[in-house]
Amino acid sequence: MHDQQKDYVLRTVEERGIRLVRLWFTDVLGNLKSFAISPAEMENALNDGMSFDGSSIDGYSRVQESDVLALPDANTFEVLPWADAKGAEARVFCDIAKLDGTPFDGDPRQVLKRNLGLARDQGYSFYVAPDIEYFYLAPPDSTNTPVLLDEGGFFDLTSTDIPSSLRKETIRTLETMSIPVEYSFHEDAPSQHEIDLRHTDALTMADSVMTFRFVVKEIAALHNVHATFMPKPLENIQGSGMHLHLSLFKGEQNAFYDENDAYNLSPTAKCFMAGLLRHAAEITAVTNQTVNSYKRLVPGFEAPVHISWARNNRSGLIRVPIAKRNSDSATRIEYRSPDPACNPYLAFSVILAAGLRGIQEGYELPVEADANLFEMDNDVLEKMSIHQLPQSLNEALHVMENSTLVADALGDHIFEWFLRNKRAEWRTYKTHISQYELGRYLRSL
Amino acid sequence: MIAVFPNPPSIDLARTLDLAGYRWKAVSSADDAAKSEPVEGWAGAVVMCDEDPEGGWALCRSLRKNDNPVGHVLVLVSGAQLADLEMRDDLFDDFCLSPFHPRELESRLRHMFFTEIRGTRESLVEYSGLILNLETYQASFGGQPLDLTYMEYELLKFLAQNPGKVFSRETLLSRVWGYEYFGGARTVDVHIRRLRAKLGEEHANLIQTVRSVGYRFGQSKWSA
Repeated sequence: MHDQQKDYVLRTVEERGIRLVRLWFTDVLGNLKSFAISPAEMENALNDGMSFDGSSIDGYSRVQESDVLALPDANTFEVLPWADAKGAEARVFCDIAKLDGTPFDGDPRQVLKRNLGLARDQGYSFYVAPDIEYFYLAPPDSTNTPVLLDEGGFFDLTSTDIPSSLRKETIRTLETMSIPVEYSFHEDAPSQHEIDLRHTDALTMADSVMTFRFVVKEIAALHNVHATFMPKPLENIQGSGMHLHLSLFKGEQNAFYDENDAYNLSPTAKCFMAGLLRHAAEITAVTNQTVNSYKRLVPGFEAPVHISWARNNRSGLIRVPIAKRNSDSATRIEYRSPDPACNPYLAFSVILAAGLRGIQEGYELPVEADANLFEMDNDVLEKMSIHQLPQSLNEALHVMENSTLVADALGDHIFEWFLRNKRAEWRTYKTHISQYELGRYLRSL
Repeated sequence: MIAVFPNPPSIDLARTLDLAGYRWKAVSSADDAAKSEPVEGWAGAVVMCDEDPEGGWALCRSLRKNDNPVGHVLVLVSGAQLADLEMRDDLFDDFCLSPFHPRELESRLRHMFFTEIRGTRESLVEYSGLILNLETYQASFGGQPLDLTYMEYELLKFLAQNPGKVFSRETLLSRVWGYEYFGGARTVDVHIRRLRAKLGEEHANLIQTVRSVGYRFGQSKWSA
């Protein structure tokens, strides 16, 4: 690590009177984990890392040795804007390493760095801009019934209500934490909100998504509101997605841009899309990792069901948005299946791997599907070779376990742990007797 | 070594500089100043604009556009030329009315160079409300601390130390980041956007986008 960078952190801790430094990292399921150290420990942490017992972290357990090292990434050091008067706090994201200093296979951040390294070897930097949807609800009681806070619709100007002021406060906080917001608005559904982040390199963006989820929940909680990123909290209301706008850059050039193409898409972009489409089913367990995720991916809402692409068809899996003023840097593709409950490090890793595979192998992009696929019969779709995304977590896991692409992208440790953990989740779900079944069968059968 | 314009300077100017103990060299144009610039760069410049205003301002501009912009530029203008100072605040650090009183010019020069000595000691970079303390790595705007990440701080420092100069993304990447980074050249845009957000809406235009070239810091007051 650069000495000056270290100096910068240490001086800031001193000058700003930081009382506590929070070391942040992420477990395999995408939960933010944290432990705090006193400022006196900071120099030590920057030089040698802080060791801790990883056995209680989901996906971190190892057979021989449970201790791991948290190595702060000094570039992510930030003073937390909501600290109280008693003492300022700061946070820093960490890479997790084994005690000998080599990257720990169970750390999602290290997995993404490895995949970004592979892209960089081919001259690419990977850029991501997510549109994140979520709900503001009343704090759940013991029955966990979702209670909506507002009845607003898409783009409604409900300037006086609590959710809008919450969103504003959230955006201010995000901006002071180096997370620029591009747009924010009230979504289609009541109590649903969307915040679109401005694109940045995938590693920074994965960190930003972690910070984002934390800030949204934290600020909501301060106002006695519950923010949830659950993909489909309410049956008849559209779920929350995390559409990802993706592009690859070579130096200053957008590798997806071609001024001579009708859609301004370069051959690189088309191969990347073809890769994503061909491997979409394999990576879905990672981009949509809960049982509940698959209740969002159903026809009739703005969520994709079929593996297809189009210029402007919101029922497709990949959309090619029209870039403003044909701006080359804004040329991108939008991958629409992921939901905000995913682990962003792992999701970005498998998406990148699928796209790069398409480029390496020169996959051919299937024809555009610009009709509303929700209204078409399955056999017509089959004839067009348009298949469905996995319909359940179970199905997604089945496809994933045969995927060498996903195994390579995640590494064996996470690949195997993830499958084990998620199969267990599916088993618990499968044995659960739902209200739906009782209502439908108890009396009639 | 101070650059003095025109060549030769008036007897009064030469005498004042000599008596005050400055080492100086007369230059006849911007090109001449570039050619005869000492290895360590010009320490400052005294530019007399009353005879040849165009040549004088051209010199000031080229001194500021230098790879290593020359600070401590004092211009001498006649009473009729005071209006010329407007819109050119970025080109000089102080001015004096010509004909000048030798004692006034001497005091102004001493004060101008004193700022440098103080500035070096405390390592402060200041620009219209923005203060960067290079010693403590702390930044503030209008007296309020600015919380920056390390790379945001480094980028702002580099820009604020070179106000008025346009840098390409590649230049900024190599000068500020200086090492392989996941983000590539677009990282610069991302950090500029983050800095603007932190400077706040009113001051976001301190960092300007120069279309199809890159970015420039400063001169925000008259760019609207």
